[in-house]
Order: sequence, then structure tokens, then C-alpha cells
Amino acid sequence: MSLESLAITNRVPQKTLSLSRPAKITLLLSLFVALTIFAFMTVDVKGNWDFVIPFRGTKIAAMALVGYAIAVSTVLFQTITNNRILTPSVMGFDAMYVLIQTALVFLLGTQRMMALSPQLRFVIEVVLMVSFAALLYRWLFGGPRRSLHLLVLCGLIFGVLFRSLASFMQRIIDPNEFAVLQDMLFASFNSFDRDLLVVSVVLVFAASAVAWRIRHTFDVLTLGRETAISLGVDYRRVVSIILAVIAILVSVSTALVGPVTFFGLLVANMAYQLTDTYKHRWNLPCAAALSLLFLIGGQMVVERVFSFNTSLSIIVEFLGGLMFIILLVRGVASR
Amino acid sequence: MIDVKGVTKAYDQKIVVNNVCLQLPVGGVTSIIGPNGAGKSTLLSMISRLLPMDAGTVTVDGLDVTKTPSDVLARRLSILRQDNHLGSRLTVRDLVTFGRYPYSKGRPTAEDMEHVRKALDYLNLEDLADRFLDELSGGQRQRAFVAMVLCQDTDYVLLDEPLNNLDLKHAVAMMKLLRRTADQLGKTVVLVLHDINFASCYSDYIVAMKHGQVAYQGTPEEIMRPEIMRHLYEVDVTVQNVNGQHIALYYA
Ligand SMILES: Nc1ncnc2c1ncn2[C@@H]1O[C@H](COP(=O)(O)OP(=O)(O)O)[C@@H](O)[C@H]1O
Ligand SMILES: [Mg+2]
Repeated sequence: MSLESLAITNRVPQKTLSLSRPAKITLLLSLFVALTIFAFMTVDVKGNWDFVIPFRGTKIAAMALVGYAIAVSTVLFQTITNNRILTPSVMGFDAMYVLIQTALVFLLGTQRMMALSPQLRFVIEVVLMVSFAALLYRWLFGGPRRSLHLLVLCGLIFGVLFRSLASFMQRIIDPNEFAVLQDMLFASFNSFDRDLLVVSVVLVFAASAVAWRIRHTFDVLTLGRETAISLGVDYRRVVSIILAVIAILVSVSTALVGPVTFFGLLVANMAYQLTDTYKHRWNLPCAAALSLLFLIGGQMVVERVFSFNTSLSIIVEFLGGLMFIILLVRGVASR
Repeated sequence: MIDVKGVTKAYDQKIVVNNVCLQLPVGGVTSIIGPNGAGKSTLLSMISRLLPMDAGTVTVDGLDVTKTPSDVLARRLSILRQDNHLGSRLTVRDLVTFGRYPYSKGRPTAEDMEHVRKALDYLNLEDLADRFLDELSGGQRQRAFVAMVLCQDTDYVLLDEPLNNLDLKHAVAMMKLLRRTADQLGKTVVLVLHDINFASCYSDYIVAMKHGQVAYQGTPEEIMRPEIMRHLYEVDVTVQNVNGQHIALYYA
């Protein structure tokens, strides 16, 4: 028997067993996420488990929800915009959500706002957010492709406009009302809004279900608007649905922990690098797993190593911002 | 039949396609020729519903392209655009498999994969099937995109400058292939060509555009005339009969 035939017979059983590269990566990342969650739950427990488990559990649930929302919204946003530099936050999505929160207090007054339960208030905000985002961003992304420079500029202007409008309203409302509003806006990874957890889970689940039904269009959308249309995608409809899904996910993450600008960029691009495929069946879970890994692992580091002296958002934003600069410089160099 | 009625498109007051009326019969190869900026690509994009029109209607077998569901049209009409660039990394096989999306909705069956294999075979791409598109030459990439379009297996195949980037051998092979697609599979092939001699030798019908309008249309014999060519391209052209084909000479 020749060496070659030996080599071939050797390879066959391996081939049937081995998973594709993206599958392996996804599996590995999920394993890491499971380990991190286990570590987060069990490390350094002093005292009563009955207190620790629900306390840390809700914290993990919030971070997982936020991590998932940021990762999925970023990947889908990059799919419909056909680029890997823009994110919902770069385009002003979360600034829009803050503006809606502020405008509601401004227009209705805290009295009426406080009469509503936080959950109901949140749902109203999300509905407004979905309508406005669908209107504004469909105009921007639903038609023929626009230049990336124009989009970045638009995003910058939207962001600044929404933020300044919000802070203008915050300045002219009654100081008492402002205190209430500030409490609403003051969400962070260390002090997330526990009231909204359950309704957030429901919203994220609903958004995911909607996205799941049109999942077969995601890969085709990466080919660009024209090719997607010529292959039979109902482009305007699909893009509107995806924008609505993104609006819900961004509202949830902003309501729970506040605006996070660059983190989505980091996990989405790491996922693309790792999986090296255009397929969303791998990119989406991979980005979500990375996101959970960074947030939960990062929170652990913040709590144990820095003893809360630094905030997780500073760390993840620093890394994400670094990624943004690298991508920009690389994009400019390759053009 | 593709029926174009009074189609108009303007960009900022500048009319680039001006009230075009055109009927493209079923079957055969129709070439659209004309100078740069004549509006050929714009017209093709509107026929294939990629670009909204400012006025007029286009119907394909009686279906209004702006009102028919996109996925119904995708099984009847396919289009290759003039410039195709991709954001993500795909292999040739991935790209060609996307041509089956109108049927498979992302889950190709064995039958779909058979179509993919045939399309790769038609365009001589088997050896390149698992290479990434961004690692190919312009001509190889062009052939991959044509394979995707053919894989869509539609009655109407629209191609905007399919000979872009192709060397002589592949250009001839491409034209022969399109001719065969029309003759043997009964498809209607409409293509934009820059080389008027390819248009002359391989098409049944030629549509000549200038300044956003259809300036001339007819058989190659009717269109390949010195005065028409001079009017279209503003250069002196002589037309000679070589082995029964009308060949334009314009280098002198
Ligand atoms: N997106 C656009 N915006 C403005 N003008 C355009 C656009 N696309 C095409 N044009 C103009 O329309 C005219 C026709 O273009 P096109 O249809 O591509 O010509 P052809 O394919 O015949 O060379 C050109 O003058 C071109 O500059
Ligand atoms: Mg053109």
C-alpha cells in the first residue's frame, strides 16, 4: 500500500467527525460563556446562598439581555447597511431613545409619567422609538445605496441633534421633574433598572421571533440592495422590519444600562474575524456569545479586581473605540 | 415580452432616460448599444425594478415590474449589473448558490445544487469553485456573477456589459454561451454591449441609444451602417461584409 492511499484512508474518519470552523468557534465560545456565568455565580460567595443566587442571577440576566441586544442589533444593522463600521449607536439610535424618554417627561410632566407603571412607560417609549426609527432610518437606508461618508455624517448629526434637544429639554424643565428624569436616565452596568427586566425579556423575545421569521433574507442582504432585490427580496419591507427589530433591541439595552456606543462594533467585527463567513447562522450567535463573555467577564473583573473603582462601560467602550479607529484607518487605507 | 412604455428618469432635472418606448420580443438575443452615458444601464435597472422610474411603465409578460411581488419577478427575470462589488467574503460556489435563492429561500435542495453545478460547468468555473471572489481576477469574478445569474434560471436574462474584464477567448465563449442559452433553452437574452462587432455577430436585434432615447433599432444588418455609427459614436466608421457578418472598422 502506498503512503498516499494510507493518508487518504486516515483522513476519512476525521473528516466525518470534524465540524466546520465557524461551528467549532461558536461551540467553544458558548462553552466559555457557560464557564463565565458559572464563575460569576459562584466566585467569592460569603454568606447566604438564598440571597446571592437571585441577586447575581438578575444581574447576569440583565447583562445577558443587554449583551445579546447589542450584538444582534449591531450585526443586523451592518447587514442592512452593508458595512462593518456603522452601528446603531453611531447612527444615533440610542440618542434618539434618550430624546424620547426626555420628551415624554417634558411634554406630559413627571406627575402623569409617574402615574404609569415603569413597565408601561417603557413599552410606550419602545413603541414611539420603533415608529420614529422606522420612519427616519428607512428613509436613509430603504432606497438606493448612499455613500458611507454621507451616512457617517448623518449619524453624527442625528446623534448631536438628539442629544442637544434632550439636554435642552432637561435644562428647561422643573428641577424636581429633572431629578426624576435623571433617575430614569442614570442606568449603568452597576445600577441597571431592575423594574424593566421582565418586560425587557418579553420585548427581546418578541423582536427575536420577528427576526427569526425573516432569517433567510439576512445572508442575501449582504450582497447589497440591488442583488437582493433581483433575487426576490422585498427590500423595503425587510429593511423596515429589521430596523424595527433593531429599534426594540437598542431601546432595551439603553433603558437597562444606558447608551453604549462602540461595544457592538467590537463584538460584531471580532465575530466576523473568527468565523470568516458571511453566514448569519454563525455570525449572530458568535457575536452574542462574545458580547456576553465580555460583559459578564468584564463585570467580574470590575467587581473583584478594581472593586468597582472603574466602570465596565469605560472598559468596553475603550476597546470598542479602539476597534472603530482601527477599522476606519484600515478602511481608508484600502480605498 | 418585455414592454417598456414612456419610461423616464431624471437626476436633479437632468433627464437621463427620456420617454423610452420599447418592445423586446420573447426569445433571441437583443443587444443594447450606444455611447457612454446614453442611459443604457439606467434603462436596464428600471426594467429590472432596481431603480424607481419617474414616469412610464414596464411589464414583463404582462406583469408590472413595480407592482409585482419581488420574488415572483425573481423567478422570471434576472439581471447582471454593470459593477458588482461585495462587502463580504464569498466563494464562487457560495455566490452561484445565491442564484437559487428565489427557489430555495436559503435552503438549497439537491436539485438546486445540480443547477449550481451546471452553471459552474457552463462557465468553466469548477476549478475556481471554492476560491474566494476577492482572490480572483476581474474576468473570473465576472464569470462567477454571470454563473449566478444563469443559475437563477429565468426566462428573461438581462446583462449589463457581461464582457467587462473578459479576454478575447472568454468574451467569445461568453457570447457563444448566451447565444446557446437563447437558442437551446429558449431564453430571452438582453445585453448591453460596448463592442459593436460582438453585437453585430451575435444578436438578432440591436437597440441603439443616445442621449437617453432609443435612436435606432433593427436587425444587425439595418443598424450596422456607417451613417448610423457616425451619428451614434461621433467617429468615422466603415462597415465591411466579412463572411456574411457586418463588421465595423473604426481604428483608422
Ligand atoms: N445615481 C446617479 N446620479 C446622478 N446621475 C446619474 C446616476 N446614475 C447615472 N447617472 C447619469 O445618467 C447618465 C446615464 O448613465 P448610464 O445609464 O450609466 O449610462 P450608460 O450605461 O449608457 O453608459 C449619465 O450621464 C450618468 O452620469
Ligand atoms: Mg452602463
